[in-house]
Amino acid sequence: MSDIQDFPSRISDPASRKMETFSYLPELTREEIRKQVEYIVSQGWNPAVEHIEPAYARATYWYMWKLPMFGETDVDRILAEVDACHEANPGNHVRLIGYDNTNQTQGTAMVVYRGTPPEQVFCADRLTPRT
Amino acid sequence: MAKTYQAGVKEYRDTYWDPDYTPKDSDILACFKITPQPGVPREEAAAAVAAESSTGTWTTVWTDLLTDLDYYKGRAYAIEDVPGDDEAFYAFIAYPMGLFEEGSIVNVFTSLVGNVFGFKAVRGLRLEDIRFPLWFVATCHGPPHGIYVERDKLDKYGRPLLGCTIKPKLGLSAKNYGRAVYECLRGGLDFTKDDENVNSQPFMRWRDRFLFCQEAIDKAELETGEKKGHYLNVTAPDVEEMFKRAEFAKEVGSRIIMSDYLTLGWAAHQSLAKWCRDNGMLLHVHRAMHAVIDRNPNHGINFRVLAKMLRLLGGDHLHSGTVVGKLEGDRAATLGWIDLLRDRYVKEDRSRGIFFDQDWGQMPGVFPVASGGIHVWHMPALVSIFGDNSVLQFGGGTLGHPWGNAAGAAANRVALEACVKARNEGRELEKEGKDILTQAARHSPELKVAMETWKEIKFEFDTVDKLDTQHR
Repeated sequence: MSDIQDFPSRISDPASRKMETFSYLPELTREEIRKQVEYIVSQGWNPAVEHIEPAYARATYWYMWKLPMFGETDVDRILAEVDACHEANPGNHVRLIGYDNTNQTQGTAMVVYRGTPPEQVFCADRLTPRT
Repeated sequence: MAKTYQAGVKEYRDTYWDPDYTPKDSDILACFKITPQPGVPREEAAAAVAAESSTGTWTTVWTDLLTDLDYYKGRAYAIEDVPGDDEAFYAFIAYPMGLFEEGSIVNVFTSLVGNVFGFKAVRGLRLEDIRFPLWFVATCHGPPHGIYVERDKLDKYGRPLLGCTIKPKLGLSAKNYGRAVYECLRGGLDFTKDDENVNSQPFMRWRDRFLFCQEAIDKAELETGEKKGHYLNVTAPDVEEMFKRAEFAKEVGSRIIMSDYLTLGWAAHQSLAKWCRDNGMLLHVHRAMHAVIDRNPNHGINFRVLAKMLRLLGGDHLHSGTVVGKLEGDRAATLGWIDLLRDRYVKEDRSRGIFFDQDWGQMPGVFPVASGGIHVWHMPALVSIFGDNSVLQFGGGTLGHPWGNAAGAAANRVALEACVKARNEGRELEKEGKDILTQAARHSPELKVAMETWKEIKFEFDTVDKLDTQHR
């Protein structure tokens, strides 16, 4: 048993909260994020930035930062908007979206800045046994 | 001018072989691979199949003259060689729209694969493909939600979804089963799945399973902050029982249920798919029994037809084969039918076994599900073959991890995200897969151990049902 590693995820640990695509990888470097922005542009998707207080991260609708950048293909300008959103909302999660309008969906979405971990918020009654 | 009645037996080709016919956009077109009995000419065999699957019977009857058979009959309009096969040939048959009830898959297949498959004049008969005209597509209900609505409901974008079938297939108590579900989901999977034969046996009745699984999901969601689901199998002995289980799944708050469309029956499945749309429930579809129907290259129904059928009947996920795992599946053929499940319009492409253009109109797409004997080492190939709009399911490849299900799930999730990231960066997954996984494992002890555990496992048996080519 000694060589078996425990899986450390805990409800009480905000760091256990995941953020969908790429949240199981180490935080992406600046250069790696740039490559993902290049991918969004290469797919013809429209970049958009959203943010939220970490306590409410499970909400479907995050705050939209300005409007989606329709037709924007300049990687530096896209990254600058992500940074501007982060600077204006330093404690918030910030995610980058690539809107795929032909399929009426998001081609991708990834959290670029992870906000300050919240105080513990959850409803204990959701864990009442059902049986 | 009116015809006179001549009793007796005519050759089928006199009436049902029509090489000058130009198919109409509204016709249902079918391609059969026919292996005739020795001595039966190709035109006669093709015409016989057209007749027996539409208006014809073995002899002329006077009531034929009370209708306009030319308006209703199916016609064999073309014959082609099967590459690499001297005996069999392809017959193309056109059926006029008036032969079929709107929105009824049951009706279409009762005609096309009815008595004709036992017909003595043919030794083997295989339905290779069907072109469903737009009017028929539009009268079918289709997937309850489709790929993009499912993504919106789950808030998951830019990657394939990850699942796992809970094992052992049979024999766990409901509480222990829920434990296995919980461990998988907290480790990073999006879904877990009931095995197809998990229904409501004495060791685990369905109601107990639903409750324990939902509690597992709720806790994993609180822990990870991500949306999760377990495909609660509502396949049941009768439709009343099926709907009772579906209603209860909805009552406990499940996002998704599952069924087995071939053993459940198509009418029951279509009813369930309609219920799912009305009740906001995602529908995962398993395909038990398909290999009985689709594996023999000279008799039966090709899986691409069963896949098209399911998209019309309704389902949000369908098992499609893995190409790389333990179960049968030719690569090009699989690529063909996963396009048929997902795309809006699929062009004829013989190199992928697709015999007709297929227009799906506005009908949403179905997630293909790759499941069966796959593990982390297959991940680069799976992401490359299936792309983002797929569900990749690792059963043994999650539960068999030396540190348990959560670690196995995390290993798969890390491997998946590393492959997606690398693909987006322009790297070639199938060439550089080993480097990509090795690099990712530096930050994930779970992945490192998974890679050590499954390093040597390969599945390299040749497929039985290959595409027809010269070099068999």
